[in-house]
Amino acid sequence: MDKINSFQELKKYHENFVELLNLRKLSHEENIIHKREILVCGGTGCQSAESQITVDKLNEKIKESGLSNEVKVHITGCFGFCEKGPIVKVYPDDVFYIQVKVDDVEEIVQQHLIKGKIIDRLLYEEPSTKLKVNKQDEMSFYKKQERIALRNCGLINPEDISESIAEEGYMALGKVITEMSQDEIIKLISDSKLRGRGGGGFPTGTKWSFAKKYDSSQKYIICNADEGDPGAFMDRSILEGDPHSVLEAMAIAGYAIGASEGYIYIRAEYPLAIHRLRIAINQSRECGFLGNNILGTDFSFDIKLKYGAGAFVCGEETSLIHSIEGYRGEPQNKPPFPAESGLWDKPTIVNNVETLACIPAIINKGWEWFSSIGTETSKGTKVFALAGKINNVGLVEVPMGTTLREIIYDIGGGVKNGRKFKAVQTGGPSGGCIPAELLDTPIDYESLNSIGSMMGSGGMIVMDEDNCMVDIAKFYLEFSLEESCGKCTPCRIGNTRLFEILENITKGRATERDLDNLKELAEIVKDTSLCGLGQTSPNPILSTLKYFEDEFVSHIRDRKCPAGVCKELLMYEITDKCIGCTRCAKICPVTCIHGKFKELHVIDQERCIKCGSCYEVCPVSAIIRK
Amino acid sequence: MSSNTLPNEKFKELEEFIKTVPIDRGSLIEVLHKAQEIFGYLPEEVQDFVGEKLHISTSSVYGVVSFYSYFTTEPRGKYVISICTGTACFVRGAADILGEFERRLKITTGETTPDKKYTIETLRCVGACGLAPIVTVNGKVYGHFKTNDVIKILEEYSE
Repeated sequence: MDKINSFQELKKYHENFVELLNLRKLSHEENIIHKREILVCGGTGCQSAESQITVDKLNEKIKESGLSNEVKVHITGCFGFCEKGPIVKVYPDDVFYIQVKVDDVEEIVQQHLIKGKIIDRLLYEEPSTKLKVNKQDEMSFYKKQERIALRNCGLINPEDISESIAEEGYMALGKVITEMSQDEIIKLISDSKLRGRGGGGFPTGTKWSFAKKYDSSQKYIICNADEGDPGAFMDRSILEGDPHSVLEAMAIAGYAIGASEGYIYIRAEYPLAIHRLRIAINQSRECGFLGNNILGTDFSFDIKLKYGAGAFVCGEETSLIHSIEGYRGEPQNKPPFPAESGLWDKPTIVNNVETLACIPAIINKGWEWFSSIGTETSKGTKVFALAGKINNVGLVEVPMGTTLREIIYDIGGGVKNGRKFKAVQTGGPSGGCIPAELLDTPIDYESLNSIGSMMGSGGMIVMDEDNCMVDIAKFYLEFSLEESCGKCTPCRIGNTRLFEILENITKGRATERDLDNLKELAEIVKDTSLCGLGQTSPNPILSTLKYFEDEFVSHIRDRKCPAGVCKELLMYEITDKCIGCTRCAKICPVTCIHGKFKELHVIDQERCIKCGSCYEVCPVSAIIRK
Repeated sequence: MSSNTLPNEKFKELEEFIKTVPIDRGSLIEVLHKAQEIFGYLPEEVQDFVGEKLHISTSSVYGVVSFYSYFTTEPRGKYVISICTGTACFVRGAADILGEFERRLKITTGETTPDKKYTIETLRCVGACGLAPIVTVNGKVYGHFKTNDVIKILEEYSE
């Protein structure tokens, strides 16, 4: 594309490009053109399920059928409904196909594109009504969602800047740098009451105003895309599906505080997001949205990519800054905060991807609109990565104040395989486990803190009765322990000791004294660690102790794991229901099951490794787990 | 570890890359990424080389290499089997899958089989949680993985 030299010119481009999305935006009836567009999800989840091959096959079959002029196929960002991926959407018919495989392509072309017949078996079936639904908006998964940060994911082709411009891309930047002063834009963001979506919840406008007030020859904007929370993938999906919104917001932030350089610190484990960002940065420079004299003004700003190298602690802003500088990613004491002395000792703003993605929307639609959504203290929406033992795994964006029950049952479709809900974990390794009796809690930063968890980056993992809470606490603590940088003693040694106690509990070696020690030490680590990692690493222990203490007690007093997870506390036995089919003996990896054909079999308990293979394979459920 | 096992052309390739970045501390991690891409791992000679070219002491380079889990100083096997142990995969049984791989290959996480064929690693969330639990082999994703699939994967990658 050519360079765009003024805001006026950008507005014209926007007007011209709007029709690019007509097929996707207007209803079937309004579209008189007999053309179709097919959007195929190109997020990491769907691409892992080979959506790219589906795109290639679609193009091949469309060409074979002579439809190349009538039908266009585009890759788009994450639709969010990852459980049912790969997703294929046909416009203007507005038909949402799920779990589309390469073998389905022929039928889509023959039946849908040529004969205009919707393919029933590829539609989503609403579990409550058992009816097939073809429109996205009518699916229960989407009904309660409100998409701000994800507004363009699943709508535009992220590798085509003109589609971004059609959706008001860079219009907010144009408006800010031509019509607003630095203080006006900071006030607007403050008034919107946007808070950091990376977990801390610090007001974004306030952060910007701090960085603005320090005089310095250079200042920096950093986009924190080091999404380390296992099970959270919203930042990656935004960067894959709508990279331009993040670039635009960084330039706006640069203008607001007086910075001319920005860095995106992204996990090296996100190759697709890196690929799309590179394309987006190049396109944005070509159009003159990055570089010198943006849109013909005096404002200059450019962005570089920096790769992380697998260290969770680098999500903490001072660690992240050290990593960009080429050092070990260890945190340092605050103050001074990065807004005063950050990257190369210059005033620096570190904002999370989701926070940035909201900013152009706030400027285009106004702070009043944004602050009208949400609760008293937390405005706007929040994206959650819903995963674990839930029917609809995926990315969901809901207004702040939505209850956990609405997210898990109305949107998430409830617990998988009809099992009983036990807990939901929010906030990743820094958060806590929330039990069933608190499911009606409306979510915001404060409410989650008050029940011993936290917002975190938005991971939301559902657990059922087969999950052992002690094991879960141990899992998170092991994560924090591995990721502890070792700089401060409470985190390095305290977490090691906490882990040992949990290990003893799950192995049936603990005493009741250990439970008191666990509580006391967890509080000490929380109070005395240097950075956010150590200060929050005991949260999974403290919250499981608070709500599921009986499970800890069973492990310690009765030497039993109620969920049947902790292997050392388990025992498999063959009851007299055994028909002597020998299947268990054959599958046993350590050949510790003996018995003659058609006779009762016996497990040698001394040699049993408790793998559970026999339990799974027995055709008459003769094997019991104690 | 002697330098004659590392081909000169690889050092040349790395040197060419270093010429394209600013010679300062801020380039270190980027250069190490490239070096690992070229050599497959970061042995002492490579760390020496990077330090010399960027004017940083080898001990500082080692400090960075050892800090970040993405960098490895040991050569890896022909097939790198990574088991996702992100939370979503964990609650859907990733620990059992990992255990089964370890038992069958008789190595533990992070190790490589003596014939240099397989390396077992864990990774934290590839973000395809809808397919949990996940195993990747040299980057190829296998979703909805079951412990019974372990043997199938080892057969598929037996060459």
